[in-house]
Amino acid sequence: MATVELRFSALPEHVRTARLVAAAVARRAGVDEAVLDEVRLAVGEACTRAVGLHQSGGISAPVRVVLTEEEKQFSIEVGDEAPHVPPGDREAGADDVEAEEDEMGLAVISGLVDDVEVSAGENGGLIRMRWPTTPSPVAMP
Amino acid sequence: MDLSLSTRTVGDRTVVEVGGEIDVYTAPKLREQLVELVNDGSFHLVVDMEGVDFLDSTGLGVLVGGLKRVRAHEGSLRLVCNQERILKIFRITGLTKVFPIHTSVDEAVAATD
Repeated sequence: MATVELRFSALPEHVRTARLVAAAVARRAGVDEAVLDEVRLAVGEACTRAVGLHQSGGISAPVRVVLTEEEKQFSIEVGDEAPHVPPGDREAGADDVEAEEDEMGLAVISGLVDDVEVSAGENGGLIRMRWPTTPSPVAMP
Repeated sequence: MDLSLSTRTVGDRTVVEVGGEIDVYTAPKLREQLVELVNDGSFHLVVDMEGVDFLDSTGLGVLVGGLKRVRAHEGSLRLVCNQERILKIFRITGLTKVFPIHTSVDEAVAATD
């Protein structure tokens, strides 16, 4: 079961909220302090990408972020509801700039996170990222 | 935290001091500022990022856009940054090869290469 689940309207101003929540939950889960900046940036990139896909596709559904604390790892899933068209089927032209920005976000994520899976289908896409945790010997208050 | 922007002129350079978070929400403000400067004839820009707490790929895109604009006028866009967490984003995207990155505004203003 998810530790924290967040759904937000696909608007740029809410991406910061998602970053802050993800970093706070990751810290509690025992993700190393030095890695929290990466968590923040990776979640931001994934949410920015999802917001862009929803906005360009005219999708009114919210973006979904699922933060799960597991035994030795912390996972984040960012899901969008944009139907993904294989690159070969795309019409060339106006979408190229968006596709480029999309690629830039994914490039940052894959440069930052070692354990990442990107999947996409007709019903939407999902970016799943995992970080190891070091459980603290004393329970946090 | 929102984005803060202020500009000043040092010799033939225009220094843009940026503070706060540059992300998908705030990056358009930075883009507007850079476009406005270039439209007003400032082609040698120094973007001081020492006050930036967060930068994502949207922000990188705006800086690359700014660089393209000034280069169209044979200008320059230099960055000032000493923060490891910000520098890391430039490194993983390969943009350290694209932007001259300086450790101080004085150094960036004096640079002529």
